[in-house]
Amino acid sequence: MTTATLAQALEGPAAAAEMESGARNAAHVARDGAAATEAPVATSPAPGPVANRPSIGEYFGSFMRVVLPPLIGLGLVVGLWALVAMKSSDFPGPAKTLEAAIVLFSDPFYSNGPNDQGIGWNILSSLKRVAVGFGVAALVGIPLGFIIGRFAFMNSMLAPIISLLRPVSPLAWLPIGLMVFKAADPASTWTIFICSIWPMILNTAQGVQRVPQDYLNVARVLNLSEFRIITKILFPSVLPYMLTGIRLSIGTAWLVIVAAEMLTGGVGIGFWVWDEWNNLKVEHILIAIFVIGIVGLLLEYLLLLIARRFSYGVN
Amino acid sequence: MNAIVKVENVGMSFETKKGRFIALQDVNLQIRSGEVVSLIGHSGCGKSTLLNLIAGLTLPTSGVMLCNGREIAGPGPERAVVFQNHSLLPWLTCFENVHLAVERVFGAKEGRDALKARTAKALEMVHMEHAAHKLPQEISGGMKQRIGIARAFAMEPKILLMDEPFGALDALTRAALQDELIGVMEKTGATVVMVTHDVDEAVLLSDRVVMMTNGPAATIGEILAVDLPKPRDRLKLAHDARFAECRAAILEFLYQKQMKKAA
Repeated sequence: MTTATLAQALEGPAAAAEMESGARNAAHVARDGAAATEAPVATSPAPGPVANRPSIGEYFGSFMRVVLPPLIGLGLVVGLWALVAMKSSDFPGPAKTLEAAIVLFSDPFYSNGPNDQGIGWNILSSLKRVAVGFGVAALVGIPLGFIIGRFAFMNSMLAPIISLLRPVSPLAWLPIGLMVFKAADPASTWTIFICSIWPMILNTAQGVQRVPQDYLNVARVLNLSEFRIITKILFPSVLPYMLTGIRLSIGTAWLVIVAAEMLTGGVGIGFWVWDEWNNLKVEHILIAIFVIGIVGLLLEYLLLLIARRFSYGVN
Repeated sequence: MNAIVKVENVGMSFETKKGRFIALQDVNLQIRSGEVVSLIGHSGCGKSTLLNLIAGLTLPTSGVMLCNGREIAGPGPERAVVFQNHSLLPWLTCFENVHLAVERVFGAKEGRDALKARTAKALEMVHMEHAAHKLPQEISGGMKQRIGIARAFAMEPKILLMDEPFGALDALTRAALQDELIGVMEKTGATVVMVTHDVDEAVLLSDRVVMMTNGPAATIGEILAVDLPKPRDRLKLAHDARFAECRAAILEFLYQKQMKKAA
């Protein structure tokens, strides 16, 4: 189940939406008390050794269908990796990397000065930068998205600027951050802010523009106050779009932080990768790649869970 | 004659890529207090446009629309609308959907308990008190439309506007809801304007049936007074000669005088 959902999470929004609707249907069935309690009684066969055997086999079969393919994929990658490592003198194989990982993760939170800290600290400081940059981007971007979506004038005023700035790599903004903040740490947070803000503005604005006319007509007939319109109609109907924006920006932010930290130094997973390259500890770089991937996956999955909570069926 | 709504020489046109499209022209109509009026016509004849004009959701390009002697300048809670697709907010429970309207209309005058009682009463009236705390997505289409009707009635509007309220429902559910509506209208003495394309529904529910000519530049063709005693019972009416006459008159208008060219 978890493997399947994670795999789907990687396939992007379409698969995610499908999964969400699936989950909703499941919730439906669960909420329908009578159906939920009766169904298992009706389908489970009478107790007995003969009747039980096929259900175990079935269970095993579905387990194999879900778990086996990813395992085979993983096995192939590890095998290929081992093969490449055997032919190369300086590329560490899976066994050597695993060994290094065990050493590394047995003490993730040591601290020997600013340039030698445990991998746990490195991940946490990267996450902190992402959280701050991303949080400020949400505070600025979401209201801005509402304004752009609600007022056509603001849309035509800001759309060209956003279109111009959006394709720029956030790293191009790093020197500006260094100049303004005169320190490396806020400068990398600044790049995160820049790369996170665009998806949030654009998705929120799109959500506001796509509020169904029916709901707005209801608001007009009821003569709701602007405050009520925002809290009861706009906000809930924009929320799924907003969460998509948040999900996209956190994905980009996690991509960008590694590069930004390579340039700025300090404590962080990006800098750690670069530092280990300078130490020629390639197995640590491989570990970092896995760790970055897993953290990114967890962030994405967490936001999917939140998004599912706030998605409503079109009725 | 105390007309609640007066429609005088109203015309409505839209600017399109191909130029001006005249939807309605020279529409004159008066709706009396307590009266149930159906608007019927072929699709595209502008009956929904006329309803939206009375609701104030759109404003006419010519002519005058009055409600209670005042010009209709926009939508307002004294002209409640039941939308064809019910338009319940999916993130609010049925109770909250109705309560949103109740709060808006009576919130300034009444306490919290009185407002809740009003909402509960409205749900009771359409026999939906059991689903008060369900979300719209958890109930059937017919039930959603009941909640939509409850929301509109709970506002105690001067006039209730319904845009094909049962158009999206199957025949059996529709009949059940029509009976429900007859009961509610009987209890409240509401003034109702309803858009429909169902001849039986028009005769069963209304005091007058307004038949519209085909667009473009549609207008009111004929008005039929349905002088059948109320409350009406669909089973008894099935064999009633006057009911059949009314039905025939509408059918004749729609399929002889306003025969639509094959689309």
